[in-house]
Amino acid sequence: MSERETPVTQDELHAYVDGELAPDRVTAVEAWLAAHPEDAALVRGWQAQAEAIRARYGPLASQPVPARLELDRLARGTRSWRAIAAAAVFGAFVAGGVAGWMAHGASAAAPSRFDVFTQQALEAHKIYVVEVRHPVEVAGDERTHLVQWLSKRLDHQLRVPDLDASGLKLVGGRLLPGPFGPAAFCMYEGASGERFTIYYARTDAPPTALRYREGERFAGFYWVEQGLAYVVSGPGDRDRLRAIAQAAYDQIDKK
Amino acid sequence: MKGKALGSFRNEIAAALPALRRYARALTRNAELADDLVQDTLLRALRSEHLFHGGDMRSWLYTILTNLNRNRLRALARRPPLQAIEEHDAPEHPQSGGRDIERALAALVEEQRATLLLVVLEGLSYRETAEVQGIPIGTVMSRLARARTQIKAYLDGGRPALRRIK
Repeated sequence: MSERETPVTQDELHAYVDGELAPDRVTAVEAWLAAHPEDAALVRGWQAQAEAIRARYGPLASQPVPARLELDRLARGTRSWRAIAAAAVFGAFVAGGVAGWMAHGASAAAPSRFDVFTQQALEAHKIYVVEVRHPVEVAGDERTHLVQWLSKRLDHQLRVPDLDASGLKLVGGRLLPGPFGPAAFCMYEGASGERFTIYYARTDAPPTALRYREGERFAGFYWVEQGLAYVVSGPGDRDRLRAIAQAAYDQIDKK
Repeated sequence: MKGKALGSFRNEIAAALPALRRYARALTRNAELADDLVQDTLLRALRSEHLFHGGDMRSWLYTILTNLNRNRLRALARRPPLQAIEEHDAPEHPQSGGRDIERALAALVEEQRATLLLVVLEGLSYRETAEVQGIPIGTVMSRLARARTQIKAYLDGGRPALRRIK
């Protein structure tokens, strides 16, 4: 018979398991398996692996899609970032935005902490980085006072990193209303006027690694460490932003 | 009519979304990270509608996700301190008996895990998998073979759970 002349290869065994085998080889492979119990055991093992994978992960496809992945919302978001950033209605936005976002959060299917904090931080970033005269409440040359004040208001010892090595000077900081209480907000400025901000808010979420959120013009890196959520926001240059977030993360994490 | 075309483009993405999330979740083993990746993929897809010339939406989305994930891994490779906390993830069904396969998959190199999952979990053909990963079919075959051999060794040998990155 022909299977004697053309022995079955390992590739064919895989193709058999995956339904990729050419139809005219199926009979030959099945005859081969009947005659070679070791290969038959191998194939059964691979089939069992595949079944275990499908049993473990298959049901995930029937989970409801979270709000942050709704397409209409994402499509709207990619446009509105630009519209909001361009609009000169920041005053109204500060007052209305926070309450509006909270109401929105309550009605939509519970957005994650990541969603809430990065949204808040990016909005604050957009609002304040364009401020020429009053970007902060306490200037960076009063660093000690700034840290004491914000730490007291958040009831949590804050660390305001020194980003000189990344070419950024501390402009200062301010207190903001956050989604679950006060939030702190520090701003840094680079040599060509580019601004980066760090947003701090209390949270009971478990620690996370750095995670990225992209807006139209700005982006942020988020992480949680010891009861505080941090968002480092800046222009959409992801590599630079990541390097700065990393520098901040390392300093904050160090002590 | 443009509005109608837009609607069907989005509908096609929406139809592929549950499977895309499943794949990302199995690939990264971290629910939030997976949804981050899916979110980035969707944003990229929505912005790149003009680049989508028909064809299979699922394969296109898997391709975008694969590229984004590759960038993410490169960035991670340059930033060693971040990895430790990104590795763990509480299993959603600890009693479901899926733990062994989960650990065995976790011990694979990312590329091999991706190949195996695209074929076995997502049901892509070898050719589609090759296109999504940007590799020849021969490489799909060798990755599958290595992945299966390693999983078997893992399950047979009951080796201690080695972390791939440490």
